[in-house]
Amino acid sequence: MIEVTNLHSGYGRIPILHGIDLKMKPGEVVGILGHNGMGKTTLLRTLVGNIKATSGRIDFAGHDITRASTAERSRTGIGYVPQGRDIFPQLSVMENLKMGEIMRNGESAIPEMLDHFPVLKDLLERPGRGLSGGQQQILALARCLAGRPKLILLDEPTEGIQPSIVDLIAEKLGELRAALNLGIILVEQDIRFIRQLADRVLIIQKGVFVAEISPQQLYDREAVDAHLGI
Amino acid sequence: MTAACNGTGGIVAAVIIGLALLVVVPLVVDPIFLIELTSYVILAILALSLGLIWGYGGILCFGQSAFFGIGAYAYAIAVINMGDSTIPLILSIVVPALFAALLGYFLFYARITDVYFGVITLTVTLILYKLMGTTSGSAYTIGNAAIGGYNGIPAIPPLNLPGSPTTFLSLDGLFYAAGLTLLAVYVGLRLMLKSRFGQVVVAIRENERRAELLGYDARFYKLAAFTIGGGIAGLAGCLFANWGMFISPDVFGLAQSAQVIIWVIVGGTGTLLGPIVGCFLVQWIATQLGTQQVLNANLVLGTILIGFVLLVPKGITPTVLDLIERTCQRRSYAKPLVEKRSVS
Repeated sequence: MIEVTNLHSGYGRIPILHGIDLKMKPGEVVGILGHNGMGKTTLLRTLVGNIKATSGRIDFAGHDITRASTAERSRTGIGYVPQGRDIFPQLSVMENLKMGEIMRNGESAIPEMLDHFPVLKDLLERPGRGLSGGQQQILALARCLAGRPKLILLDEPTEGIQPSIVDLIAEKLGELRAALNLGIILVEQDIRFIRQLADRVLIIQKGVFVAEISPQQLYDREAVDAHLGI
Repeated sequence: MTAACNGTGGIVAAVIIGLALLVVVPLVVDPIFLIELTSYVILAILALSLGLIWGYGGILCFGQSAFFGIGAYAYAIAVINMGDSTIPLILSIVVPALFAALLGYFLFYARITDVYFGVITLTVTLILYKLMGTTSGSAYTIGNAAIGGYNGIPAIPPLNLPGSPTTFLSLDGLFYAAGLTLLAVYVGLRLMLKSRFGQVVVAIRENERRAELLGYDARFYKLAAFTIGGGIAGLAGCLFANWGMFISPDVFGLAQSAQVIIWVIVGGTGTLLGPIVGCFLVQWIATQLGTQQVLNANLVLGTILIGFVLLVPKGITPTVLDLIERTCQRRSYAKPLVEKRSVS
């Protein structure tokens, strides 16, 4: 579904990614682990086009999207839920959801999303700024999924969220992944969350993947620390 | 209450109030003040155009008066040559809208934003001011219309009924035409902002990167809103040229450009009512100050405006709406308590 070859990118003259290679099948969940500043968020932002790749190639669903704009990448089926959620605070929950689905023709995905995330049903008229952190995260996820993406990139979705909401998000992502054959790239510090969802885990250090481990290996704390260079 | 104001009920109420004012005002004010009021209504349309692109599109344009002036000049030159005002009226919308589209294309697609956008639009306006000022003399004549440099174009034929070039609008008629245009622009913008297009424009204002991540080309939507704003400002320019039957490069001046922004700041951004309120209030205060000889009018007006910015930073309309919303919330919070007490 997505194939990243020798990807380099960075901020201005500061290179962050130094040759990322990644290949994912449809419906696969890949977790990415790494310390702060190793390039996890930069990788996601390069994949969605927020940051331009300085070299390398990104193919998605059979198309070279390396030079495509952010909006074009979104329209080809890449969804992104960034750190901090980035919901529209002035728009209501329903309007936020509509923003996610407007570009899609055919049936609305909103009723389906409300079935998956019933907590939003009672909040539809409430402005985004009036939601708790957990509710905002659920809204950001539902809005992203309302665009029926084939691949979603999640940047630390559990950050600052209470454990019950984290469990709910993990459960729903598992269901949706199976139902929609949804690919997920998951950047996360919460090892328990990655273990619940990921098919495989890539360790990133200084802008390159240095190891690939199975979710089961995450139970071995010493091995994880060794991979992370601790 | 504010939710109701934002819905269809709010639009219907606005139409009813607007029509009622249009009927009643000419009956109760003297003709001299009606002429003054007509200019406020026309300038309120200009304020609305900036209210759209700044308040909703998040595009701070210092050159809205450029589109206003282009609309006025387009109308004046066309109507002097054609006689009938129907096509000149259309041109007064189309020409500034095209100019806005061209200018906006280069700015938005070059990702020029924030203060740079403001500086460039202001510069373009001042260039137009200088350019139009150099058009005196017989060499600068388009058909029968002499552009006239800083002397401007006098004796501009007023609007006439479509297809009947000899049936001109009276002063009362211009008030009705301006009032109905203001109402139509207001309602049209309300409906547009409720549409998907409008929601995307607002979403881009709130978080452009996020909107792009959801698949929207922010540059295109900003350009579209900017073009619509340019067309509306041009229409206001056409009515303004009708009101004074005269137009000069002063419409492109720094004072005019700043004035539009002041109206929107005083009335409040993020609402459509705000720019109208701000325009009426500031223009009325300026007129009242102009009638007295004791104090320097500009000094007093400047002090009042600084006071507004410091004391009511959000502008009048959002502040009043916030107060109403808070009052409604307090009442709704108080209700269950009263019920509980009565039960116990």
